[in-house]
Amino acid sequence: MKKMTFSKIYTSIIFLFLYIPIGVLIVNSFNASKSRTVWTGFTLDWYSKLFHNETIMTSLLNTLVVALIASVVATILGTAAAIGIYNMNSVARKFIMNITLIPNVNPEIVTGVSLMLLFVFLKMEFGFTTLILSHITFCVPYVILNVMPKLRQMNRNLCEAAMDLGCNQLQVFRKVIVPEIMPGILSGFLMSLTYSIDDFVISYFTYGASSQTLSITIFSMTRRKVSPEVNALSAIIFVVVLAILLIMNIVDIKKHEKEARR
Amino acid sequence: MEKKKLVELKNIVKEFNGEPVLRSINLDVHDNEFMTLLGPSGCGKTTTLRIIGGFATPDSGDVFFDGVRINDVPPHKRQVNTVFQKYALFPHLNVYENVAFALRLKKTPEREISMRVAEMLELVNLSGFEKRSVNYLSGGQQQRVAIARALISNPRVLLLDEPLGALDLKLRKEMQTELKALQQRTGITFVYVTHDQEEALTMSDTVVVMNGGIIQQIGTPQDIYNEPLNTFVATFIGESNILPGIMHRDFLAEFAGNNFACVDSGFAPMEPVNVVIRPEDISIVEAQEETINGVVRCVTFKGVHYEIIVEACSVDWIIHSTKAPEVGSVVGMTFTPQDIHIMHRYPDDAPAPLETVRKPEESADNP
Ligand SMILES: Nc1ncnc2c1ncn2[C@@H]1O[C@H](COP(=O)(O)OP(=O)(O)O)[C@@H](O)[C@H]1O
Ligand SMILES: [Mg+2]
Repeated sequence: MKKMTFSKIYTSIIFLFLYIPIGVLIVNSFNASKSRTVWTGFTLDWYSKLFHNETIMTSLLNTLVVALIASVVATILGTAAAIGIYNMNSVARKFIMNITLIPNVNPEIVTGVSLMLLFVFLKMEFGFTTLILSHITFCVPYVILNVMPKLRQMNRNLCEAAMDLGCNQLQVFRKVIVPEIMPGILSGFLMSLTYSIDDFVISYFTYGASSQTLSITIFSMTRRKVSPEVNALSAIIFVVVLAILLIMNIVDIKKHEKEARR
Repeated sequence: MEKKKLVELKNIVKEFNGEPVLRSINLDVHDNEFMTLLGPSGCGKTTTLRIIGGFATPDSGDVFFDGVRINDVPPHKRQVNTVFQKYALFPHLNVYENVAFALRLKKTPEREISMRVAEMLELVNLSGFEKRSVNYLSGGQQQRVAIARALISNPRVLLLDEPLGALDLKLRKEMQTELKALQQRTGITFVYVTHDQEEALTMSDTVVVMNGGIIQQIGTPQDIYNEPLNTFVATFIGESNILPGIMHRDFLAEFAGNNFACVDSGFAPMEPVNVVIRPEDISIVEAQEETINGVVRCVTFKGVHYEIIVEACSVDWIIHSTKAPEVGSVVGMTFTPQDIHIMHRYPDDAPAPLETVRKPEESADNP
């Protein structure tokens, strides 16, 4: 009994620590005063200013475009790579999987700097291309990591059964492998999307004047002084992310319920 | 009339990581035949099947289909379909779509597809299951879907890899009868893999006994049971008494310290041989002068019969009988000349030489 109340208190404290900053931020986004210490009344001004701020709107668009392109490409590349790795012998497979994991455990700043150096070396102009390429680079491993378990779960005989019934290699892929690993592909895509939108460090080293993303814009705005517009923007992002997470969880729970009935 | 050869395997050799798995397999599958590959686990049955299906390529040797060499023909271009060991149904498709799979690939008109699927589902007794997810079916039902799926494109040969392995005994027996009936009704050649000797003997026209990647014997179930070519076949197919003996001349064998008239011939004079007598062919009688007499060592009830061990002539004889003699009593044993089966004795019990494995005349008179 005592233990229960203790663990409840403990959990509440953790949640308070996690959410107080965001709570303060959201409250401040409705604060009429520019100061973050006094409450002078409720306003939606900052939201309206936000939507009229061209820099922010452009970079929001940039972020979405980059995230979408990078995720689609990374999903295709990652799925193909996962299938290739799956068909290797076990020694080669282990080796490649470990190599695949390195970029994810590597500090982002190292990845960012090395990508920047690479682009400089290749004499590439910094802009959309470099930004998208670097986002693809760090998204591919997430796709592989999501697709691989689905491939492993798949009955190996399925491909042979498909060939037996008249599929050529391409049809086996389209009609059997893809539908079987679709959940993995989707979660890989969503994860890529999330990480791409979320990324700051790597983008910081590889963006160009034409391809400023939201995180970089916010960063440069806060360097001068945290404008309440940023509060409003952050509040929106937080709510959107929260909504996506909730939806994903609900879908997940539904799926588990369905599987449990099997 | 000699039946047409549909599939021929010629000198097939297959190794995995330097380990020989098939050592020179020669096998003819005839049109309309129910052939069973029988052998202990790991003897190369699945590998043989995969070579016929095109999922494995032999290291050397040739595969012929209808007289044409098909070593390099990919699986989807062979007129052969497979029922896989673990069914391998497509989990993302329902029963109807699983069965329709092959026809959809061929862009068959929807009306014909639905007709054929209905026909196939009726064939395997699954009418009304069209909309079900295959994931919720029982093992026996999944099995039937797999068979319907494989049969829908009218293959010349159906390969079945231990299709009843995952079912319980009762369902197994039912499915055995059903499969046999299905084969006779459709006239499709079946190549069936199992490690269950009873299953093989019940269902097949021809049984191929394999061990260690070598074919030990090919023959009708009766041949395999009554005339095993070597001790492996004799022991793998049911229980037997195997006794060393000498063939004095045609129709006269010496073993267990006596001379016996038998029905076997064609052995060298005084050739050392192995003698096989099935436990159910020996009758227990009162000890007399002309019977083999011994002491009952052990009696075990086996359901249908008793298993009786009698020690006589310093060997243990296994006898199956519905009557149980008293343990410790002295009994006599008799058998007729037809019950004595003589096998050549090969050094170290090596398999029979290839030319003796399949008797040339027997394939003609398959039922
Ligand atoms: N793809 C493979 N790689 C390596 N060894 C294999 C492979 N397939 C089969 N084997 C080996 O070949 C032998 C025969 O296998 P298999 O044909 O499956 O036997 P069975 O079906 O009679 O049980 C086994 O020892 C098995 O381990
Ligand atoms: Mg097998």
